[in-house]
Formats: sequence, structure tokens, C-alpha cells
Amino acid sequence: MSDQNAAVGAGGRLGVTPSQTVGPFLHIGLPWPDGPYVVPEGTAGAVWITGTVYDGAGQPVPDAVVETWQADPDGRFDHPDDPRGAAKPSIPGFRGFARCDTDADGRYRVLTVKPGPLPCPDGGTEAPHLDVTVLARGLLDRVVTRIYFPDEDAANAADPVMSAVPPDRRGTLVAEPDGDGGLRFDIRLQGDGETIFFEV
Amino acid sequence: MTGLDDIRAPGAVTRGGLVLPHYPIPKDVHPSLDSPEYRSTALRHPTQPLQLMPQRLTEVTGPLLGEERVGELDHDLTRQHDGEPQGQRIIVHGRVLEEDGRPVPNTLVEVWQANAAGRYRHTGDNWPAPLDPNFTGVGRCMTDADGHYRFVTVKPGIYPWRNHDNAWRPSHIHFSLFGRAFTQRLITQMYFPDDPLFFQDPMWNSVRDENARQRMLCHYDHSATEAEWALGFRFDIVLRGPQASVFEEEDDDDE
Ligand SMILES: [Fe+2]
Repeated sequence: MSDQNAAVGAGGRLGVTPSQTVGPFLHIGLPWPDGPYVVPEGTAGAVWITGTVYDGAGQPVPDAVVETWQADPDGRFDHPDDPRGAAKPSIPGFRGFARCDTDADGRYRVLTVKPGPLPCPDGGTEAPHLDVTVLARGLLDRVVTRIYFPDEDAANAADPVMSAVPPDRRGTLVAEPDGDGGLRFDIRLQGDGETIFFEV
Repeated sequence: MTGLDDIRAPGAVTRGGLVLPHYPIPKDVHPSLDSPEYRSTALRHPTQPLQLMPQRLTEVTGPLLGEERVGELDHDLTRQHDGEPQGQRIIVHGRVLEEDGRPVPNTLVEVWQANAAGRYRHTGDNWPAPLDPNFTGVGRCMTDADGHYRFVTVKPGIYPWRNHDNAWRPSHIHFSLFGRAFTQRLITQMYFPDDPLFFQDPMWNSVRDENARQRMLCHYDHSATEAEWALGFRFDIVLRGPQASVFEEEDDDDE
């Protein structure tokens, strides 16, 4: 059967399907009850990362979804494309992935554990980090950022991604202690203190 | 040696270190985040240039979500309540592929949509069209070993919004896809052929390339139509795929 949509383009590769916004009604389709949990509640060393998504007027964005993806605390992935081999996480119920839609105040939350550092293909080491996807009404494509950890100054300073970012904006990638045992990571889509977003 | 099978072989290592698949960035496909005709982009698009990030371990891996995310009736939006929803019953099916045509097997596909009257079961949707007690408008399924997925639902209605004067969204179903790598994550909307409202829809038109826009269309598929039951539509979805990269030779003379 021919693939009617998948027209063959230049170079014999199929054309990629374009991105579209999640729209205003993402809350019915995307959230899962266990979405915010990279690790189960009660996991030793687990930390809540919470934050608010803001627009360019400084207003909270109540129709966004924040998704995170990360290595386990040993710096491994249970994934066949990791050339070191897929590794089962040592933490029961570790999923590596979280998804949380923002509430009426633009807030999201993710319960996780700090991932381990990662070796780079070109040498060097990446500091512990979460890759972040932000989806929202008004975003026609996802935007991507990273969350780094505030107690990893030396590792952050040596991190190749952080090092490539203008120094005065690196702070937008580092979570802050929230004074309550958790971490705070706000996302500013536009304007003052705009979060660093990556093309990846 | 070249080829994806090699790239994806666990433990594949060269002299230079870890060998990772590479997902080229598609050109002239996705909408600009700054698309003024869609007014909500005005305060939500980053104004600083995006920072190029090389793909490393976190980017070439991703969540491999499985059957545990999918309930028995999640693929059939017409059977999630006591009665049947109103509207034209349709079957939406197709394959999830990578750019080189390889299927993406065992990957989660999520959909959400308005009911046949064009209303979402969402507290924020209050336009005067009826809710349907027999329709939630949310579906999930996994692709099979050949990358094939299938939903049964009703054709979503057209609904108004306030983006511009007399603004209406063409009939569409929202799709969410993971693929196998963080780089492949895709949220899109599937549209129906011959919708009269494309001309004024800033989302449809935010995709500037005509060929790329056509890839958001499903097509009527008589072979998937079930007699005296439901109309079939086919929608294949193509995710960014890994490039078959050339490996460094042992005696390479480097860049
Ligand atoms: Fe919609």
C-alpha cells in the first residue's frame, strides 16, 4: 500500500509532518494522573521541581505543558540507542520522563531525582540536567530548554552546553532552592530574563 | 561501515568515543514561533535567537512509553460511554514513520478533539454548541510492529475562536507523538481534505511551504471504510529520522 501522506521529497527522504500548537484545550488530551512523577512519591532523595511559565508581559501561562526527560542517578538510560547499552534504573518505578500541564496560575511540578553526569561523544562531561519541552497555546512548535542543578557549580561550569550560552543568560538554566527542600525553575517565554531555548 | 543498524547497535564505539545517531534539523517544515496572524504567538514566542545544541545522550534517547499508558477502549472514542456519540463515525489510521521510511513501532499516539458539534469537553470552551454526554474526545493507542495505528471516533466539528473577525478553526484532530528520541517529539493537528476554512486559518497557514502543509491532511481511504459502519481516513505521520552518518575511518585525517 502506498503511503499517501508520506510524499517522497528531495533526496529520497520523506517530508516531516509539520508541528502545530497544542491549542487551548490541551488539558483534556495530554495530562496523566501520574504525569509529574519521574519517580514514585516516597522515593529516597526525590525532589519537587516547581515553577511558573510566564509570557512576555510577565503573565502566567495557564495553558502550557512542561515535559522533562533525563538520565537516572547513575547517568544511564534504559534505551537501546545509548551506545553504552540500555541500563535498568536502580530506582524502582523510575521513568525518566515527566509531564505536567500548568494550572490557572501557570504553575507546573515534577517529582524527580538528580540524574548523573553524562559522558560526551567528543570527550568531556555534561553536568546533571533535565531536557525540557514546553508546549502551549500560542507556541506553534515546542520550545526546548534544560534544567541544571544549583549545587553543581563546578560541573555546570564545565558543561559544554552551558559553556556555549552567553554568560549573562546561563542563570536561566539553573534551578534555585525554593527554601522548602525543593527546587524552583521558572520559564520565561519572552522578554526580561527570557529563558535560554535551544534548537536541537 | 555505515548504516543505521550500526549506529543503533548497543556498545558501538569508535576511537572518538560514543557513537550516537544524529537527527538532522528539518528545514522549511515547522511554523515560525513568531507568526503574527496567530495573535497568541505575540507574547509567547522567544525573541532571543535559539541556541544551537549538539545532540548528545539525552537528546538521542527518549521515553519508550508502553501499553501501560493505554486502556482497553482508549483507541475507540465512540465506546467510552454508555451510549454512542452523535456525529459521522470515522476510522482514522495510518503509520508513524521516520524520514527514511522506517516505521516507528510500539510508540504512543495520543489524540484529542472537539465533538461533532465543534465543542471540547473543557471548562474553557463555552461557545453555544452542545456537549455530548457520550463523547470525551480523548484517545490513545500504540503503533504496532509496522508503525500502524488506528482510532475510531466521530468527525470533529468546526468551531469559532476570537483570533480575528469571524474566525473558525477547520475541522481537526490534535495528535501527540514521541517516537523514540527526545529529538522526535511532535505535536501536530490532522486536517480533513477540502475544508472550506483553510484560507482564513492562521495555524494551517503558519506552515508556509505548500507541500509541508499538505502533509497535515488526511485522505479518504475507501479500503479502510467499513460497510454500513464508518468512513476511513488515512493519516501517515513522518517524524525526524536519524541520518545514516559516515563513520570515522581508523586512519582518518580528521577535519
Ligand atoms: Fe483544536
